[in-house]
Amino acid sequence: MVIDDLNAIAEKEQAARKKTVIRCCMAAGCMSSNSETVKKNLEQAVKDAGLADEVEVRGVGCMKLCCEGPLVSVDTQDALYEKVTPEDALELVKTLKGGKTKVKRGDFNHPFFKKQLSIVLTNSGEIDPERIEAYIAADGYQALHHVLRELTPKEVVEAMVKSGLRGRGGAGFPTGLKWGTVAKTQSAQKYVICNADEGDPGAFMDRSVLESDPHSVLEGMAVAAYAVGANQGFIYCRAEYPLAIKRLQNAIKQAKTLGLLGSGIFESPFNFNIDIRIGAGAFVCGEETALMASVEGKRGTPRPRPPFPAESGLWGCPTLINNVETFANVPPILRKGAEWFAGIGTEKSKGTKVFALAGKITNTGLIEVPMGTPLRQIVEEMGGGAPDGGKIKAVQTGGPSGGCIPAEALDTPVDYDSLTKLGSIMGSGGMIVMDETTRMVDVARYFMEFCVDESCGKCVPCRAGTAQMLHLLEKILNRQGTARDLAKLEELCDMVKNTSLCGLGQTAPNPTLSTLRYFRKEYEELLQPDPFGPGRNGEAKKSQLATK
Amino acid sequence: MLPTLLHEKPKAADRVMQHASGDKRFKILEAHMKKHQFKHDALIEVLHKAQELFGFLDDDLLLFVAYKLKLPASRVYGVATFYHFFTLKPQGKHTCVVCLGTACYVKGSARVLEAVEARAKIKAGETTPDNQLSLLTARCIGACGIAPAVVYDGTVTPRQTPETALEHLKGWISNGN
Repeated sequence: MVIDDLNAIAEKEQAARKKTVIRCCMAAGCMSSNSETVKKNLEQAVKDAGLADEVEVRGVGCMKLCCEGPLVSVDTQDALYEKVTPEDALELVKTLKGGKTKVKRGDFNHPFFKKQLSIVLTNSGEIDPERIEAYIAADGYQALHHVLRELTPKEVVEAMVKSGLRGRGGAGFPTGLKWGTVAKTQSAQKYVICNADEGDPGAFMDRSVLESDPHSVLEGMAVAAYAVGANQGFIYCRAEYPLAIKRLQNAIKQAKTLGLLGSGIFESPFNFNIDIRIGAGAFVCGEETALMASVEGKRGTPRPRPPFPAESGLWGCPTLINNVETFANVPPILRKGAEWFAGIGTEKSKGTKVFALAGKITNTGLIEVPMGTPLRQIVEEMGGGAPDGGKIKAVQTGGPSGGCIPAEALDTPVDYDSLTKLGSIMGSGGMIVMDETTRMVDVARYFMEFCVDESCGKCVPCRAGTAQMLHLLEKILNRQGTARDLAKLEELCDMVKNTSLCGLGQTAPNPTLSTLRYFRKEYEELLQPDPFGPGRNGEAKKSQLATK
Repeated sequence: MLPTLLHEKPKAADRVMQHASGDKRFKILEAHMKKHQFKHDALIEVLHKAQELFGFLDDDLLLFVAYKLKLPASRVYGVATFYHFFTLKPQGKHTCVVCLGTACYVKGSARVLEAVEARAKIKAGETTPDNQLSLLTARCIGACGIAPAVVYDGTVTPRQTPETALEHLKGWISNGN
């Protein structure tokens, strides 16, 4: 494979483009609403209408507005059809010849679409994720070629540093710095791992990227491997995402066939292979050291850092671990330049961030906005506020490691530092909206229960501490708690936060702490008077017991 | 169960091998291990395949995997029990997985689960006595845009309510007229 071959594939693909393209969403959300049959019926209807030469029915990745699925768009009409049933297919094809349809029409000019800025999701909902030719026609693998033929590994790392990209997995560690550390470590064998173990309940960005544009992740990983000097990559994907795994396997096979993965890529001495490792349902495996243990086929328990994976990771070799979205950002950065990327976002958080908008909100789905976009714009303008005239009470970001941001703080810009200041975190990008009917103590209990279940059991503060905190939260919820229980809960939060071994334990108290910070009243309303009095006063104790 | 088996290891291994020789599925599993060159790090992949073939992982099966991959039985058992995805108990004919991810939870998936539990007279994680239905919960299946979601026999179904869920399970629960 040389660049001419790549360009030839792209040209052939563009030449084969038909006049009209009907796009049908084939991501997991819409597929569960039967979009596969919709696509089949559309194809049949096009054939029956004799339009097969002019009209292409294309299965594409996520079209973002998941709540209205299955989604179908017709590019010549600039139309988006929502909640399309298999029976509607015939009617939709008739509209191509000027027919009318009663199918609900969406609006591409709605802020939900208008205010988005796509970098990672550029191809999502546009190209067929199951065909590598489609990705190549959208400038795919150009960045890899540019890097392999024109840049030294050092220059690639410098470009990443200059772009200001920070890890999209949640912690926000500067990507260039991480790559530089792995590149500097001397070793004959190095690895690149893509963390696709998106365990946060309420987050589905990584799944959508893998389902909609798997090749961008593969290309990003190959570029990273070249920059750090690795020849083997792993993608660690959750078993709960069968479609993403299938599309990844397919993508890897296609890339290997074309020589875009394997040995001597673009006739350079660079070799790179990618294997998929399937998780088995353990949230803690999203933590990098636990993830590596799991890739090695062991129980996914974390270990203390340092040594960091960049120095000693998989089988003791230097290992680069990045999130799906981080890798997907790499090809556009190298194609369009680090300066272009650094020009988007805020001073300390560059680029865009993909969020999965869900919960009590009118428009649920996938959005990509520049860093620094106010939460209010995301939730109220793009998301359309709470459904049925409800009032938004809080927005939860960062899953079980994050916190609840109250409605009063909705004007905060979304970037790593502002969210941390509010006691939440950016997290991987799950954004769950809660309205007035949601009880915040119950939310805290929900997340604590999650952490109890998912604690690996290796360190005591997390294993025992989370169980005790859950017990206290349940006691308070059952109206049996007192002010002492609340004080003890806060004490435990502090202890678990400061003494746990890994990220899971260190962040487990966050949902409780943030709800305590902003919704303390809800806790206090549930408290019972202390039968032993407010202090250790023996008299108060006696008199109160006597009145009982 | 396993520690006692371990105690008489040579005998247990012999017995498992003999038991395995008569079952074609063990051969398929062994071929899968061979594909991974019997590498230790393929353990999770092998267990995935084993569960796919047998439906659940019983002690004999775990011993077979341990023996073939040349791993201590404790390690195989440890991994199998660590991950939620692996089950050591037989599953019912049908499965119903209620997603309890945050988005589903705030939209009322707990009520769906309660309704199913009450109707099937089992708790989450259990199987009905007639082996028809296994009721499971998931931490998040990533279908948050269409919450609350329930997976019936592998098919993700959007926007469930207690009523639609019970309707769906009608044929699967013997007393669910």
